[in-house]
Amino acid sequence: MGHLTYGESKKIAFKTIMILAVITIAEVFVALLGKGHLVEGFGINAGVLAALMIIMSAVKAYLIIYEFMHMKYEIPGLVKSVLLPTLLLVWGAIAFTWEGAYWHNSRKNLKEKNEAPVKDVGAFTDENQVKNIG
Amino acid sequence: MATETIAHNDTHSEEAGWKGASKPFKASYGKLMMWYFLVSDAFTFAGFLIAYGSLRFSMPSWPVPDFVFSTTPFNGHDLPLVFVTFMTFVLLASSFTMVRAVQEGHQENKRGVVKWMIYTIIGGLMFLGCQAWEWNKLIAGEHMTIKQNPFGTHIEAGQYLEGDGHFVNEGDTFEAGESYLIHKHDGEWQPLKFKVTEGPDAGMVKEQVKGPKAFGALFFFITGFHGFHVFSGVVIMLIVTVNTATGLYVKRKNKYEMIEKVGLYWHFVDLVWVFVFLLFYLL
Repeated sequence: MGHLTYGESKKIAFKTIMILAVITIAEVFVALLGKGHLVEGFGINAGVLAALMIIMSAVKAYLIIYEFMHMKYEIPGLVKSVLLPTLLLVWGAIAFTWEGAYWHNSRKNLKEKNEAPVKDVGAFTDENQVKNIG
Repeated sequence: MATETIAHNDTHSEEAGWKGASKPFKASYGKLMMWYFLVSDAFTFAGFLIAYGSLRFSMPSWPVPDFVFSTTPFNGHDLPLVFVTFMTFVLLASSFTMVRAVQEGHQENKRGVVKWMIYTIIGGLMFLGCQAWEWNKLIAGEHMTIKQNPFGTHIEAGQYLEGDGHFVNEGDTFEAGESYLIHKHDGEWQPLKFKVTEGPDAGMVKEQVKGPKAFGALFFFITGFHGFHVFSGVVIMLIVTVNTATGLYVKRKNKYEMIEKVGLYWHFVDLVWVFVFLLFYLL
């Protein structure tokens, strides 16, 4: 904070809130456009859409932390001690969604196997049993 | 002697370098601890949000947010995301008024701090009001609870064999991936029958099934936990506003640092909302 005058910091705060508002509108607009609510028959690939949303939200998070919470004006030691631990969350998000996708595949496999037609192995006789085990 | 001099020169002697030679990270004890509290809170929220992502990925289908969150108090239906965007703006605006309150504090302007704090409190209360309306609509109107979720999603294309008298008519067709709401009349669920028109099951008659339970539980726990943070923030802001008005922080002569610390908390609540908004409503 220290080196900014009252007038300067007022200006920065106003600029920041305007950028945040514009990004929020852009997010909603892109979400609605990408899912085909605005233009009939027009859509954006789900992966591209998700990436765009995540990038825009990350910019918003940066502005809130660095300008509104004044992280930009703190000394490097404080910044690192607060932000470095949160890198674990990035790992967590990737690892656990990965795990979720794995459950999804396992469930699908199980369903397919359960619904698959059973192979006819003939009547339940001693002879058949021996044959199948063999 | 030297330490005594420092202690006497500093208006709030306990803060003098936290009783050492210099302040760690050149920040006051209170401010630094607020940062570390927020780090731990971030991990709690992240635990919830990561659980959301993980469970969502594990399900064959998930309710489409544009369908679930498409009502506003003014117009009935089919305005996807409009109401929640309004809520986001309310919270962003209250974050801005909070920044202004902190800046007035640095100017030692008591009237300014009180004015902007009152605006911030109004913003917080408006957000809570919106959330109460949204919860009421989901619980009382659409019967979603932490144990049941009437919002399902079609996994194959088809054609309805009956209508619900409101939004679905007999003969309406739908694509795979479209969400629906199963209505409840007189305590009975009314799932609609439909004929599958595509895929291996084409021609079969099926009935709507409820969506993943986890959706309801995650929605109420995550937005509830966030709403509880907003509520706590409003209570804390009321207290510090009264303290400001009575001149308590003028006496401390530390440029209204208390407002700054409460401000950090309030911006964090806004920050969490950015991610709740992203995961629940945008993706």
